Amino acid sequence: MSDMAAKPNLSPGVQTQGGIGTAAVPATEHGEHLHHDEHEHHDQHWLWKYVFSQDHKQIAKQFLITGMLWAILGGLLSSLFRLQLGWPEGSMEWLKPFLGKWIEAGKLNPEFYLALVTMHGTIMVFFVLTAGLSGTFSNFLIPLQVGARDMASGFMNMLSYWFFFLSSIVMLSSLFIETGPASAGWTIYPPLSALPQAIPGSGSGMTLWLVSMALFIVSQLLGGVNYVTTVINMRTRGMSMSKLPLTIWAFFLTAILGILSFPVLFSAALLLIFDRSFGTSFFLSDIYIAGQALSNQGGSPVLFQHLFWFLGHPEVYIVIMPAMGMVSEVLATNARKPIFGYRAMIGSLIGISLLSFVVWAHHMFVTGMNPFLGSVFMFLTLIIAVPSGVKVFNWLATLWRGNIRFTAAMLFSIGFVSLFISGGLTGIILGNATLDIQMHNTYFVVAHFHLVMGSSAFFGLFAGVYHWFPKMFGRMMDEKLGYIHFWLTFAGVYLVFMPMHYVGIAGFPRRYYAWTGFDAFSQFADMNKFISVAAIIAFLGQFIFIFNFFYSIYRGRRATQNPWNSTTLEWTTPVNPGHGNWPGEIPAVYRWPYDYSKPGSDVDFIPQNVPYSKTQSSNLPYEQEIAE
Amino acid sequence: MTALTILLVLVLLLVVFAMLFRLQIFTSIFSGTFTRDIGMSNSVNAILMLVFLVFGGAWFAYSFVENFNKMNPPIASIHGHEMERMFWITMAVIGVAFAITQSLLFVYSYKYQYKEGRRAYFFSHNNKIEVIWTVIPAIVMAALIFAGWKAWTRITGPAPKDSVVVELMGKQFNWLVRYPGRDMKLGVVNYRMIDAVNEFGFDLSDKSALDDFTTNEIHVPKGVPVLIKIRSRDVLHAVYMPHFRVQMYAVPGMPTRFWFTPTMTTDEMRAKLGNPGFNYELACNQICGGSHFAMKATVIVDEPDDYQNWYAAQESFAKKNPEVLAALKQKPASMVSQATTPAETKEVAPAPLAASY
Repeated sequence: MSDMAAKPNLSPGVQTQGGIGTAAVPATEHGEHLHHDEHEHHDQHWLWKYVFSQDHKQIAKQFLITGMLWAILGGLLSSLFRLQLGWPEGSMEWLKPFLGKWIEAGKLNPEFYLALVTMHGTIMVFFVLTAGLSGTFSNFLIPLQVGARDMASGFMNMLSYWFFFLSSIVMLSSLFIETGPASAGWTIYPPLSALPQAIPGSGSGMTLWLVSMALFIVSQLLGGVNYVTTVINMRTRGMSMSKLPLTIWAFFLTAILGILSFPVLFSAALLLIFDRSFGTSFFLSDIYIAGQALSNQGGSPVLFQHLFWFLGHPEVYIVIMPAMGMVSEVLATNARKPIFGYRAMIGSLIGISLLSFVVWAHHMFVTGMNPFLGSVFMFLTLIIAVPSGVKVFNWLATLWRGNIRFTAAMLFSIGFVSLFISGGLTGIILGNATLDIQMHNTYFVVAHFHLVMGSSAFFGLFAGVYHWFPKMFGRMMDEKLGYIHFWLTFAGVYLVFMPMHYVGIAGFPRRYYAWTGFDAFSQFADMNKFISVAAIIAFLGQFIFIFNFFYSIYRGRRATQNPWNSTTLEWTTPVNPGHGNWPGEIPAVYRWPYDYSKPGSDVDFIPQNVPYSKTQSSNLPYEQEIAE
Repeated sequence: MTALTILLVLVLLLVVFAMLFRLQIFTSIFSGTFTRDIGMSNSVNAILMLVFLVFGGAWFAYSFVENFNKMNPPIASIHGHEMERMFWITMAVIGVAFAITQSLLFVYSYKYQYKEGRRAYFFSHNNKIEVIWTVIPAIVMAALIFAGWKAWTRITGPAPKDSVVVELMGKQFNWLVRYPGRDMKLGVVNYRMIDAVNEFGFDLSDKSALDDFTTNEIHVPKGVPVLIKIRSRDVLHAVYMPHFRVQMYAVPGMPTRFWFTPTMTTDEMRAKLGNPGFNYELACNQICGGSHFAMKATVIVDEPDDYQNWYAAQESFAKKNPEVLAALKQKPASMVSQATTPAETKEVAPAPLAASY
């Protein structure tokens, strides 16, 4: 992949940091452990070094590159169905060489259209924005930023990736089977997803979907347990929870959400497998389909929705919170200012995490659920706007009177805040049960979540890649290509999703192959064409990033040790950290991670591992006490 | 041949881009800007931030106004008007928040761009303003929640006693419509009795089912509460009538309902819109299979008198399909009783029009 793995020089005793005070016991333990590691990892076979690696940095790269491949596929699928929506009368004959029987007489097969939207959603939500985002950066940054040699269990971490890989293979293979992939929407509501008679995609395609998702959940749990354990147990000397960078807080809470909610999806998937294959009736009742009355009685499709959204709602926070954490970090670093309201930022993350478990039924206001429950969930849902608002205000306050460097990562972070505002605000409409009667399942919903969790999380992902690329590969990405990539994507996202709100307010239903059959939905043909053009251009623009990424791995400008003048621990490692991250002892931590532009200091950043005794001129009164 | 030419042009374009990219790198190495951290591009990006705010904001405002009429389906129900008001009030509130926060974001980005020798202001927290911007959104949200909650309980509350009852049954891929007939009672239906003729699954051993009738179009009277009872016989569907601001899922095994009061007849709406072809439409709004996008029904709002006449002219299902009734009589009694569904479906439906007309 690259030459990032320099020969590990893990001999203990070489201190990167002027050791203040006595070396604590855990560090010594790590030292010995390292010595032991040296024998194991020195002359590794490439297979163990690059493929079945247990090094968190290598696993992070595996997640990232797999996620990128999935993102290209997910984007490609969306381009296909945008072609259909923009030009419902147009001929698709030219796609026949690629899609084969799914093009019938020059037309896209309507059932395949549903398969496209289903797979686009599944791929983007789970494989790109959960595994690709959280899998990459939780793995990469947690040990580096808390000051650990690796994850608590490198082996489990490796398994986490390979379960994800297996899950990817199963999901990918479902695209090529005779009856097509799962087509019941990414939310796979039964009975549609349970009955192959209802739609061909609910045959083997759905079976593979469920198997793939079960493997995916195993991967998530293995990863999540590791992240939580590492953050709790393996922080370096002095790294209290109140000195953790916001990235780590975000990854930590994300992992907890995943551990608590993914098993519920697993149970839902398991019950659905039972209904599909073993004749049970958890979700099926009173069904007459394909000329036959089924024997299933007493099940409830609404029960599935409760189970699904008990994961599904925390899932959107699993997607967005890592992005929030990374954006906080990048904004502070590049505004050269402490993040405003560090404790409020942690508090709002915790608030969002707690609330995310009690809002799921706002996806179900009009599904026949008791209206009283609707009232309760409306109340809880709209409350979540408060911590989200706090985060936005704090990001704005962080920019205020800063000294902003527009790196590509910074641009994407600012873009993230903008998209998060735009998409988040419409959540206030959708969270209101009364207004949701009209807006439910329209393009207003599609526009809302694509801005607030889709595009925002993607922007967080881009910010993360641009910012930590030097740490991953020891080289810099090309900044100018980064600028072009940003402005194209930023404008593209707004041009796609702002007009989509209009289409939604007009009541256009989502997951429609065409609206031509309805007079009520006839007025926006031009707008849909416009959206399609913007979406396809924005998708093609992503290849600038792909090019930049792979080009820079090999030919990018060589990075210095701390290219962004950042305060966090990962920048105290060598340019190309080997297995074990620090060649010598792990640095101890003395201060919070946001001492940027501190009055009285000569430099505009003081890394976390610099003790107060060395910064007499800039210490605040209480810090001075600690120093003495 | 054309395909080959296009391919060749694309490849050449890519090569040109790659060359330009290399050239750009070489020039920046030559001019010494390659390794500089902060150069011209910083102020270019800062200016672009401002440009994006101004032009993006202007484009958004323009396109919003331009499309405003297209994005408002005409309203034809009492609660629809209430929802519409609430929608635009909420839009105004979030519009203000949107304008303020987005402006600050881009203006700050421009204003506080990197300047040689300037130092950022070390400002880590301020409890007072943090409390303010926690409390103010909380108050605004509380107001919105309260308004939404009041409207929600009203809209989803029990239907008035004098409501007209229509039953819709979703199936792949059309809507079946049933009215209770002269006795104003919807009879028992049973999914096991469904076949090509008896699509609704009428159980004609139930007396109140005998006068129920089915239609292709949905007729409802203007100015009278209409209670729609909703069923599905296969997968999930959703009854979505954008003009009435009505939406409710059709769930197999679990009847649902929604009531509303139409305020304009189809003819009045045609006149108002100047569109003689106008019809109220019912769309399926929950993914249900390949022809989901074509699962449509027409709703006709009549003057109450016309509705009465139409209603009286309908012929019951049993009368139209005597063979279903005949077949039933041949079946052993045990099968019939076994197939009876819970009494819940036997609900008493009030007169199609209250005496006040």
